Amino acid sequence: MAEGLRAYGLIVWMWTRSALAYRASFLMTAAVNFAATGLDFLAILLMFSQVDRLGGFSLPEVAFLYGTAGTAFGLADLALGSMERLGGRVRDGTLDTLLVRPVPVLAQVAADRFALRRIGRIVQGLLVLVWSVTRLELHWTALDLVLLPMMLLSGAGIFGAVFVAGAAFQFWAGDASEVQNSFTYGGATLLQYPPSVFAKELVRGVTFVMPLAFVNWLPALRILGRQDPLGLPGWVDFAPPLVAVACCALAGAAWRAGLRSYRSTGS
Amino acid sequence: MPDMTALIELDRVEKVFDVRRRTGPLRRERRQVRAVDGISFTVPAGQVVGYIGPNGAGKSTTVKMLTGILTPSGGRLRVAGIDPSRERTRLARRIGVVFGQRTTLWWDLPLRDSYELVRRMYRIDAARYRRNLDRCVGLLDLAPLLDVPVRQLSLGQRMRGDIAAALLHDPEVLYLDEPTIGLDVVSKAKVRAFLRTVNTEQGTTVLLTTHDLTDIEQLCRRVMVIDHGRLVYDGGLDGLHAAGDSERTLVVDFERELPPVELPGARCERVEGPRQWIAFPAAASAAPLVAELAARHGVVDLSVREPAIEDVIARMYAASSTAPA
Amino acid sequence: MHLYATVAASGFRRHATYRVATAAGVFTNTVFGFITAYTYIALWHERPHLGGYDQSMALTYVWIGQALFATSSLMGGGFQDELIERVRSGDIAVDLHRPADLQAWWLAADLGRAGYQLLARGAVPMACGALAFDLALPASPATWAFFLLSVALGVLVSFALRYLVVLSVFWLMDGTGIVAVSGLSTLFFSGMLLPLNAFPGDLSAIALVLPWSALLQVPADILLGRHTGGALAAALAFQAAWAVLLLGAGRLLQSAATRKVVVQGG
Repeated sequence: MAEGLRAYGLIVWMWTRSALAYRASFLMTAAVNFAATGLDFLAILLMFSQVDRLGGFSLPEVAFLYGTAGTAFGLADLALGSMERLGGRVRDGTLDTLLVRPVPVLAQVAADRFALRRIGRIVQGLLVLVWSVTRLELHWTALDLVLLPMMLLSGAGIFGAVFVAGAAFQFWAGDASEVQNSFTYGGATLLQYPPSVFAKELVRGVTFVMPLAFVNWLPALRILGRQDPLGLPGWVDFAPPLVAVACCALAGAAWRAGLRSYRSTGS
Repeated sequence: MPDMTALIELDRVEKVFDVRRRTGPLRRERRQVRAVDGISFTVPAGQVVGYIGPNGAGKSTTVKMLTGILTPSGGRLRVAGIDPSRERTRLARRIGVVFGQRTTLWWDLPLRDSYELVRRMYRIDAARYRRNLDRCVGLLDLAPLLDVPVRQLSLGQRMRGDIAAALLHDPEVLYLDEPTIGLDVVSKAKVRAFLRTVNTEQGTTVLLTTHDLTDIEQLCRRVMVIDHGRLVYDGGLDGLHAAGDSERTLVVDFERELPPVELPGARCERVEGPRQWIAFPAAASAAPLVAELAARHGVVDLSVREPAIEDVIARMYAASSTAPA
Repeated sequence: MHLYATVAASGFRRHATYRVATAAGVFTNTVFGFITAYTYIALWHERPHLGGYDQSMALTYVWIGQALFATSSLMGGGFQDELIERVRSGDIAVDLHRPADLQAWWLAADLGRAGYQLLARGAVPMACGALAFDLALPASPATWAFFLLSVALGVLVSFALRYLVVLSVFWLMDGTGIVAVSGLSTLFFSGMLLPLNAFPGDLSAIALVLPWSALLQVPADILLGRHTGGALAAALAFQAAWAVLLLGAGRLLQSAATRKVVVQGG
């Protein structure tokens, strides 16, 4: 674990240094990343130019959901976004070159082509989050103040697990890498809107099957002083760290199973 | 009592793949392929071994098992006393691997940054890193390439860069999978000279797979031939003298159709219109033949074909008493 | 002509070989279709006739968008990266001296790709949407035929725009910026985020006359039966006009690029 983090840090540092060597190019791609993620929020603004409420939620409330989902996803994307290329590495055989180095493969795949420009998504999410907080006039309790950063970090953990599990899936179905987008980008898009917008079955699905609801919906609804549509007990709002740890453990197991399968079949 | 000097030990190692093939729109056929079928050998420290065989014979699969990439289906395998598939990362510090077709370097980073990353990954201390890097840069002419991103290097330059990267941490064993494939003559010579130096000066054990007989002749004192997943020859280079009996072929396009030409020390194998295939001993020079032909007839074009490794292996089967019938 | 038909057929086949990737794409389009559909239900619940659509029309619009997402390259891409790489590496000089016309060649290949993606990535998400929601799909075969014609014109406009982007790389050092900007413009102004007629006032009026509206908004409105008779002809003419104009601009830029290559050697 420590060896993996050290190697991850080394590779990330090298890529960042080489990206910053071309400063103009870096700034432009970061700006593009920022704008591309901003487009989602633009869609929400367009909707609110026509209505005052969506699913019973005001613009600042939706912006709060957007900001928390966007920041959590952005953190996971920055740290592990490169993992979606695993299928390609299996196909062209370059994964083998990572297996002969004395550091964990997961760290190498995750850090490969680390793109600092993906920080644009985090910045954009945080800006929307800050804006929403200034407009919401919430009564912050000490608990809420703990809940907010915990939500962002746990959310990043849950999305990170999705990235790792998605990459593990590519050991078996390398060409199906786009399926991962449904759960990463699709999940992030879903969580930008209030759960009241969606069908109950869908909300149940992302609570109990694929626990994305723990990224922001459950804790954010508490901060916003709203009921969650499934009427779950209140303590569930504090479960995200546990859910994140469980997801990461499962994703880790999936990754090891995938790697074991690769090492026995070579494909 | 195991042989204490043996660095690489294989005892009836097997690798079986399940291959699924589409036979219809929904039907799939499963069958087992024994890529490596009970191979046993040992390599003492300091030896340079050629591991050859036709495509699909199981060479790469063996190397992948030796490096810990693939888990064997059966048998016992040890490299420097380590079971590669169980302790892959521990073994990685003691071996170097070069894949001819795929670089182990970071594609978008300059060579220098790749090396720096290798240094930190393998925790090579500064003095040793400096010494090894200087030696590699000097012997492989890498100085002008250090600041070039790997993707901009030519195949030969990249291969030299890869070999250097595999040696920075002083590995005890160096695996080379087709190290000269696709290289020009100059690069090939440079790579071979370097490998010889590393072996004699550092005592590094080298196992290389190749399609190029010259690699074997110039580097290896011992050759192993694998075919259909089985070791069919394991012996000294003298076994390769059979390769000396093999023939090269001169393919000549004459200006017009001619009867089969007759030349001393050569024989016409085939005639097709104005083109003729003329076989001559692999050890002989083509130059006098070409001069003779050009003097006698109008020659439009010609080329020399090297003996295929498959042919040489067939001859080795015949020449070697150790080979199964 | 025969040559370009072959190129188109090979473009079709080339994409048809990636079966698993296609299935993955269909899955993703369907997931995004569901998410967007629910947000539109909420939106049209608040404003029942927003943009002149009722709720089932709005939902139909969502699934048309997912069905055309790959076909009409609503996020850019397609042949772009490959051709830009040829421009950057200088291989384009070889292409420009071939007897085949560069623009026609890549257009044919892109039409082949679009044809495959309409069949493979369009039909299934549309069917999923129709099963899960009450869609306003027309019964008249003529409407479907005009829709397909409009999609084809949309693909032409989409190609023409992306081709212009590629050619700009002859003068720019790096294509990353312009490719990204054009991709985002396409996403926004095609109506992929929200139907253009549901945009607020002036923005809607502007977006509806820009070329990107030919990619999704116009075909969708034709399938939804919003254009009939003279209006239908006008809508198709609008698409055709943009196609001609942009393909023409591509030709002009292409000859300028050819001169540049001849003068500077790439």
